[in-house]
Amino acid sequence: MNALQVSDLSFAYGTRDALRQLDFSLPAGQFASLLGPNGAGKSTLIALLTRLYDVQCGEIRVGGHSLQTSPRPALRQLGVVFQQSTLDLDLSVEQNLRYHAALHGLSRRQGSVRIDAELARQDLTERRRERVRSLNGGHRRRVEIARALLHEPRLLLLDEPSVGLDPASRLALGQHVRQLCREQGISVLWTTHLLDEVQPSDALLILHQGRLVASGPAEVISLEHGGTLGSAFNRLTAVGACS
Amino acid sequence: MNAYWQCFSGIVMREWLRFVLQRTRLLSALVRPLLWLLVFAAGFRAALGIAIIAPYDTYIPYEVYIVPGLTCMILLFNGMQGSLSMVYDREMGSMRVLLTSPLPRAFLLASKLLATSLISLLQVYAFLAIAWLYGVQPPAVGLVLALPALLLVALMLSALGLLLSNAIRQLENFAGVMNFVIFPMFFLSSALYPLWKMLEASPWLYWLCAVNPFTHGVELVRFALYGQFNLLAMMVCAGLTVLFALLAVWTFNPQHAAVRKAG
Repeated sequence: MNALQVSDLSFAYGTRDALRQLDFSLPAGQFASLLGPNGAGKSTLIALLTRLYDVQCGEIRVGGHSLQTSPRPALRQLGVVFQQSTLDLDLSVEQNLRYHAALHGLSRRQGSVRIDAELARQDLTERRRERVRSLNGGHRRRVEIARALLHEPRLLLLDEPSVGLDPASRLALGQHVRQLCREQGISVLWTTHLLDEVQPSDALLILHQGRLVASGPAEVISLEHGGTLGSAFNRLTAVGACS
Repeated sequence: MNAYWQCFSGIVMREWLRFVLQRTRLLSALVRPLLWLLVFAAGFRAALGIAIIAPYDTYIPYEVYIVPGLTCMILLFNGMQGSLSMVYDREMGSMRVLLTSPLPRAFLLASKLLATSLISLLQVYAFLAIAWLYGVQPPAVGLVLALPALLLVALMLSALGLLLSNAIRQLENFAGVMNFVIFPMFFLSSALYPLWKMLEASPWLYWLCAVNPFTHGVELVRFALYGQFNLLAMMVCAGLTVLFALLAVWTFNPQHAAVRKAG
């Protein structure tokens, strides 16, 4: 069963189309990069995948459950790291995580067990009592990943998670999430507009002007459209490329 | 059921922690009503004589009259401000996290409204404590009986705030809410003057005050503070709370705001 299945998905802001007939799936345990220039529709897609917006046309299934007709089991399988930090800066790391555990209906005891495990995995155990405000950008992102994994989702969405991080932190974050993907069998959808965050072995989706203009292994797409990922991306997202 | 309780208690705990950590929030919530009580009321007590009206059984100084209205003013500001932030925080920040919970959206919104209302009550009782020291001393039993009344009014105003914020594009900043909602609701009510005084001044202003939900909220609290029950005010407040909450949940849709921005 696919961790994520998007079928014939379209979305419009009034009369302006933002997404047009998207079709793609993400198998269990796969890391996929969703690449697109600014304004390609990545944020709209994330808003639809997280049920912030209602699906107007098409279908989204998470772990086999339709987000429209069975949102509860679908959302239970979904962990999200938003582009802009959604941590409460005045609360401690642990208080932020406890809040999230409660939102997912975990008991205090269950929450404690999961918080201990995720903080250990993110190497943040020592910082659990610190206010989030005192953490640097890289650590805040790791807290958000720990939070997104608290309820043990099968699909992790990361919406431009490297925004605002220095190059070393970006690299470390990418390696860390790929490792999670390999070791835990979690499927990951990582949106970005930065080519260097995509690795040749990644599954790659390229979004341009609301359309999916390429999907498949990154190295194959690169070979088919110019030899390097940069040239393939430029060719596929050139003005009028999808019209 | 346990998941619902865990979720609700988590939302309340978060509001409580934020309240405790943001000490200036309590201070700023108290400054406004205290200015009215300590300055405005002191200046007006000579000008305004309050006849014996229910629930009071004797002549009262003006300060005593306006305290219930000022407690509701705290609820009005908090309710509007809290709801406005819920709406315009929904595309980023904490509302996005809240909405990724698998529990029903209506439950999440209702929990959030109830949690912010409970925190507002702390501010109200801090104000009542200062008013007590200043000499406005309702009976102790009234302070207890006022608790459910205050909670109901807080919920009504929060739900109204959320409904208005969902529906009216012009309410995108707090200044708009102040000018078009808070001030008219506050001044066109029985918070600062009894309605019979308004009737003497202008019958149509009187009727505007009489149908204002805030008037009923103030009267519910005023009667409860003096150990009495105002059935009409309670029915109006309870009915409107349910109506506003249902409409607010029904119309809460982040997509609408996004479409409006894009348009």
